[in-house]
Order: sequence, then structure tokens, then C-alpha cells
Amino acid sequence: MTQPLFGQSIKRREDPRLITGKGNYVDDVRLPGTTHAAFVRSPHAHARIKSIDTAAAKKLKGVVAVYTGKDLIAGGMKPLPVGWLIPGMKIPVHNVLTVDRARYMGDAVAVVIAETPYIARDAAELVEVDYEPLPAVADGLKAVQSGAPAVHDEISDNVSFRWQLGDKAATDKAFAGAAKVVKQSFRNHRLIPNAIEPRAALASSNPGTGEVTLWLTTQNPHVHRLLMSAFVLGMPEHKLRVISPDVGGGFGSKIFVYPEECAVVWASRLLSRPVKWTADRRESFLTDAHGRDHYSDAEMALSADGRILGLRVKTNANMGAYLSLFAPAIPTYLYGTLLSGCYQMPAIHVDVTATLTNTTPVDAYRGAGRPEACYLVERMVDLAAGALGMDRLEIRRKNFIPKDKFPYQTPVAVMYDSGNYEGALDKALESFDYKAFRKEQEQARKQGRYLGVGFSTYVEACGLAPSQVAGALGAQAGLYESATVRVHPTGKVTVFTGSHSHGQGHETTFAQVAADELQLPMEDIEIVHGDTGQVPFGMGSYGSRSGPVGTAAIYMGAQKIKEKAKKIAAHLLEANEADVVYEGGKFAVKGSPGRFKTFGDVALMAYLAHNMPKNLEPGLEAISFFDPGNFVFPFGTHVCVVEVARDTGHVKLVRYLAVDDLGRVINPMIVDGMVHGGIVQGVSQALWEHAEYDEEGQLLTGSFMNYAMPRADDVPSLQVGRTETPSPVNPLGIKGAGETGTIASTAAVANAVMDALSPFGITHVDMPLTPGRIWEALRGK
Amino acid sequence: MSSISIQVNGVSEARDVEPRVLLVHFLRDVLGLTGTHVGCDTSQCGACTVLLDGASVKSCSLFAVQADGRQVTTIEGLAKDGKLHPVQQAFWDQHGLQCGFCTPGMILSTCELLARNPKPNEAEIRAGLEGNICRCTGYNNIVKAVQQAATAR
Repeated sequence: MTQPLFGQSIKRREDPRLITGKGNYVDDVRLPGTTHAAFVRSPHAHARIKSIDTAAAKKLKGVVAVYTGKDLIAGGMKPLPVGWLIPGMKIPVHNVLTVDRARYMGDAVAVVIAETPYIARDAAELVEVDYEPLPAVADGLKAVQSGAPAVHDEISDNVSFRWQLGDKAATDKAFAGAAKVVKQSFRNHRLIPNAIEPRAALASSNPGTGEVTLWLTTQNPHVHRLLMSAFVLGMPEHKLRVISPDVGGGFGSKIFVYPEECAVVWASRLLSRPVKWTADRRESFLTDAHGRDHYSDAEMALSADGRILGLRVKTNANMGAYLSLFAPAIPTYLYGTLLSGCYQMPAIHVDVTATLTNTTPVDAYRGAGRPEACYLVERMVDLAAGALGMDRLEIRRKNFIPKDKFPYQTPVAVMYDSGNYEGALDKALESFDYKAFRKEQEQARKQGRYLGVGFSTYVEACGLAPSQVAGALGAQAGLYESATVRVHPTGKVTVFTGSHSHGQGHETTFAQVAADELQLPMEDIEIVHGDTGQVPFGMGSYGSRSGPVGTAAIYMGAQKIKEKAKKIAAHLLEANEADVVYEGGKFAVKGSPGRFKTFGDVALMAYLAHNMPKNLEPGLEAISFFDPGNFVFPFGTHVCVVEVARDTGHVKLVRYLAVDDLGRVINPMIVDGMVHGGIVQGVSQALWEHAEYDEEGQLLTGSFMNYAMPRADDVPSLQVGRTETPSPVNPLGIKGAGETGTIASTAAVANAVMDALSPFGITHVDMPLTPGRIWEALRGK
Repeated sequence: MSSISIQVNGVSEARDVEPRVLLVHFLRDVLGLTGTHVGCDTSQCGACTVLLDGASVKSCSLFAVQADGRQVTTIEGLAKDGKLHPVQQAFWDQHGLQCGFCTPGMILSTCELLARNPKPNEAEIRAGLEGNICRCTGYNNIVKAVQQAATAR
């Protein structure tokens, strides 16, 4: 392969092991003497725990131990921390095993450790918990009504925090002067992430050294290590090693510190034996942090000619029974800050109420706040067009931030780095003949067939994040990324990255970047991630940050290596450093290409150290931390065509076309794949997926039998394309690619369905747009 | 305990197992063949798919004792003499996997699909794989991989 490798669709290096069954996921790790954990979980959404009787369970042959919440607390276990603080926020106590009250269906009350997983489950069923069921509340709006049961006694109104952003007075003024105000209430319903690998943890303690190794399904091993050791377990950080080998998808759900991994580490230290827990899918449904779950009231102020003057949004965000690790950031800084969309909106005000309910905690799920914002804005723009009798693309073009206005400061805190929104729309329309579609639609309607087209011209913020800004906004962490570039004496290179891959293909793409920067063959470069015992302190992967932040750290590390190597080469060549150039893996003296030292020669000398420049240390290794100056802001246009069956309400996806601008792209094949998967996840929210609780807080959609996951025959082949507007935020010009599909597509589908339903005077139906809901809306029309 | 003997990837494996042990746990925990994954507990996701006498089955919905005297092919048994099976090769070539967790099941389902219908059209491919859930790829490149494998055979 000829360099640069950047931009080439190189086949993935991780695939040979994954397609032959040689992957190494947490549940695949085998250690002698392993015991197995099973958790006893509340079947009630809300109940007082009167007593727990573990005697029968302890008696079962093969049971090693049974622990309750009281045992853990007596053994020094502290509650789970919250990693993002909002001023005035009330934080409910979240114990690893709840002690006197179960607060959601699935809340863990005891853990059984046994010789086999089968025995552990048998014994868990023998633990007798005397519950006194209490009135429960599952719905965010009902939770804040007076008389609603309090999920936590100390937070009687069930409000964890209220958060506002934007200039309220300016927004009120914009509405006062508006020719038209469009209002709509939206339900952005709850979802369940469902990575196909269930969460798992295997802890092995070494009583001789006091060290514990934890194999864990995590997107951020260092975050887990820090929070578990310093806040929950009270053990020295350097005595805990977290390894995340192959991880089978995350989508946000494997970011957070959960009770189970804390319990297995604690038990393995106590028992001096390895302890393993692997969730079954039912536990995944009940305990993986859920996503979305907003109620929003939105109002848009417009001029008579279709200019957006202002946007006012009130949102009730259901946080579940406890605050999950980054939950407070999702309906605030990752949501409110995106409400300007790709439009010039002079004034915006958003007011969020975060409520506690008797449901599974809600946290980041692919897109995390941004899909909710995009859905709301893109739906409102369509509704505004309808109210003003304008074409939906015309209103978009009229309000787009023009490409010469970047960087663009929005009224909701963020500054967009770069963009060309018209460019992406134009490119999409090269492949989609809008006029011809309108004709086809008209013809079809005459035959009783209801076609619709939906557009989503989106922008999103990712590449989390400038640490100083994040800190000022309440983050309890920095959001840089790390890399160590270690050159070995033979000139081979290992790159240790703080980013984490759980499907993204970093072993390939990061090697492409490192190979280019070091001008070495890709085979000479190995990428290591997911082990706190090997890689420098890093923040992991979420918020589409690996490309824009993680690779930048590698880029910086490579520059340092070249700098030092050049000094050594100049010394060996007896040349002035300024006269040495590095090209094609060789350091040569300018003007005399015959006088050179290879990268390998220099690496060897760095470690032999027989002949080094004065005052230069031996070795050739560099560590870098890249802290971005801003978020990056991918954007694009998604176009969806649907056909709605008049008689059944069934929605058929006819066509899906996406043009995304992700800045510069390292590996187009991998990025296309991420976009495909993201689109289907967003489409699926619009049409099928729905985590539903009943009035008593029972999760009605607790398995793949009743939670509608998209399957191969539900979706058509997707058409994806790109424009390229480099980001100025990082040295490689990359914008993130992991979440755009999910952020953009939900609105495109919903807009398409509403377009199809427009002959019936229907302007809005809440998602998921199932046949039942559409049939209901069409009834009597 | 029951004594059973199963041909797994061409090797006869005789063991004593509890009658309640699922085939997938026999493969993973008794034989150490961890390429077969468990993604759910309701036989919906297909991650545990293996071939039983050539037919695809979800190994979480069979007891090991039900496979007594029969032949099982797992993902570890597909490549021969260090050469990838055409379906494996196609998944690699077409980027038909991301996290890789559903992949072994997806590949074995594809093997059976192509054995039944060597030249499937796109709709037949999609219908043929509806018993396997993938959360990463949106199925787009999985379909392409199956198309490549169909051409290669």
C-alpha cells in the first residue's frame, strides 16, 4: 500500500480473529478457580425491603457466599458516584446493593457467589426477600405532579435539578414580535441500548500483592478504574488493573460504573478467588442504562417570510431511579446546546427539569441528547414550513448558517467549528430528484398509495471535549485523550491509546494514522488499547471522540518521536539537525540523499546509546495528551422516503440516502459502516423500538420478544455519501463519525411519515410510528 | 449426569454433563470453544447459532444431551488448513462486522442460507438472516458479504 494510508479503505486487522471465533470477550476469559455471581433483583418498581433471608441459599451445595447491601457497606463499599454536576442538583444515594428500598424493577438487593453459574442462579432464587410494595411512578410528567410517590424520601418532589440555557428575555421579545408562532409537544421515548454482547465482569485478586485485575466490558477502562478505586471500593488506584479485551458494542451503555463490577471486585478481594458475572439479556434490559425519555414543549417564532426568530423549549427529562454516571450532562449540555440546529436562530431559551422515577437509570445512548435536539429542531422546521405554506427545503435554505459565517457562535453556548450546510443538501439532491418525487407522490396518492419524503439537515457536536470548558460546565473529568508511541530497538512501533475500540476498528485506523506520520509500513505498527496496565491514563470512547481526539494524541506523539529521532540521526550523520530531512522512513542529509540513516538505525542507536548526542536521554518513546480546543461539528443532509399503508398504518422504508460531512475521513469503508449502523439505530427509534413501562413501573418490553430490534428484513440498503469540510480543531481535520447516523435519521423518518400523512391533515404523531399509532391517527380521516 | 458424545468440528467429544446444560454452555464452558456467543436468553438474537448436522440451530435452545451422537460445526470449525471459509472471507472483505459479537452466528446462518439457496436475491438474504440480530452494521454490509460469498461459491 502506498502512503498516505489516510483516506484508504484498508480492511480491518481485527477481523481475522473475530471471524474465526478467536475473539476474546470478557465472558471468554477463563481463570482457574473462578466463582460465579448471580444477583437477586427486585421484581417490584418500588418496595420497602422488610427482610432478606439468605439461609437457604447459603446451604445449597456449591454456594460460596451470599452478600446483601448491609454486608457491602460494612465491608467499606461506598455509593456509586455521579460524574457531572449541575448547580443545585440533588443527588440520590445509589448503593451497589440497595439496602432498605428497591427503587426500580431490577434494582439489585443481594449477590450470590457459587462454584458454577447454574448453582449461582439456583441459589439466587432461594434468597427470600420480604418486599412491601409501595406506590410507584414511572412517567417523568407524573413524577412531578403533587402527590406523586417520592422515589427518594429526601427528594420529595422527584426533581433532581432544573437547568436553563439561553437568553430568556431576548427569546420572549422574539416571540412578541413574531408573525407566526408554531407550537408542538413531543415525546422522545425511552430506548434500550442492547449491545449484543451483554455486560460482563471478571475480577481476580492477588492476595500476595493486593492487586486486582478486572476484565470488564467497558468503553473507558481508566474511568472505571479511577471511579471504582477512589470512590466506591476505597482501594489504591494503582492496585486495580482494568482490562477490556474485545468488547461487543457499547453505544454508551458500557461507559458507566455499574453496581455489578463493583460487587465482583469486592467479593474477589474478600474470597481471594476470581469472581465472574455475565449479564443475561433480561438483566441487560433491566439494568443497562437506558436512553432518551423526554417530554418537550417547543415553540418556534417566525417572520412572515419564514425566518426563524426564536425557539423556546421546555423539557422534562426522566433520569430513572438514580443518577447514572454522566446522566446529568445528557439532557443539558449535550442537548440544549444543539437546539440551534444548522440555522441562524437569534434567540433560544431551554428549560429542563430532570426527574427521578421508579425506572432504570437513563444515561448516554448513541447520540446522547443530540438526537433529542435534532429531532425537535428538524420536526419544528417542518411544522413551521407547513404552517407558513413554505417548501421544507426552502425554509431550511433560508435559515441555514451560511458557509462564510464560521466559526459560528450560537445563542446556546457552543461555537460551530466549520460547516457548509447548503453544500451537503445540494449533494444529496444530486442523488434525489425532489421535483420528480413530488410528481410521483401525487400520482401515487391518486392510486391510494401514500408516499412521503423527509429531510433532516442536521448538525451535531462531538469529539468531547475541551477539558477546561467541560470542567466549567460541571464535568468531574478532563476530556483529553492520551497516546504513548513506543519505538522498539528494531524500529517496530507499539502505540498505546487511551481511546477504546468496541467495534470502531481502531487497530486499523489508528495504525493508518501512525504509519503515515512515522512513514513506516502499517505492519510495523501495533495498536494497544483497553488495558490500564499498559496504556497511559485515557478517557476512552464515547461522543464520537476517538477520531477527532484520540488520533490527534497519536499524531502528536509521532511528531515527538520524529523530533528526537532526527536529533539522533543528525548526530550519527554528523550533520546539522536543520539539514536533515525525514522521508520514506529515512533520515537523509539535504542535498546528499546517499547519506542517510533508516528509522530502524536510529531506533537501535536510541536503545544502544553508544553514540548519542550530548544531553539526550536514551530510548525512543513519547507520550502525548491532546486536549481539543473545541468540540467538532459534523453535519449533513439525510433523505428518507417511506410509503404508509392507508389501511394498516404500516410504514415501509423505500429509500434512505445520507450525505454526511465528517471532516477528513481516515478509512471510508469503516466510516460508511458506522454511518449505516447509526442510521438503522435512529430509524429504529422512529419506527419500532420503545422501552415501555406500565403504571406500576413494570418494564413491559424486557426481552427481544417484545422490544422491537431492527432486523435485516426491516431495512433497505442504504445510500451514503459525503462532503468534506475539515475541522480546524484537530491536526488531522477529523470530525466524529460514530453518532451522526443516529442523530440525523430519526427526524428524517418522522418527517417522511408526516409528509405521507399530510393529505389527511395529520401534522404530528409521536414516535415510535408503529402501525397501531398511525392507524389510530388515520381513523375517521 | 448423562454421558454424551458429540462430533464437534470433526472431533469426537465424549463427556458427562448435567442434563440441564445447554448446548452453548457445553461448547463454551466444557469444550472451551468460546467463538459461539450468548447474546440473549429467549433464542431471538442468533449469536449462538451453530450447525447441527448441517442445519443452523440456536445452541441456547438445545440441551447438550439433545446433540448426543450428532455433528456440530462451530465458527472454529469453518476455516480449513489455514484458509478462511468463503463466507468468513466475504465478511472480512465487505466489512460485514464491527464489534464481532454477532458475527459467528451470522456467518453460520449465512452458511446454511447459501446451502439452501446458493443464489439468493437481496430480499431472500434479508429474510434468511432475520433470526440474527446485529446492532452495529445496520445489516448493509452483511448483505454485501452474503452476496460476495454467493458469488464465490
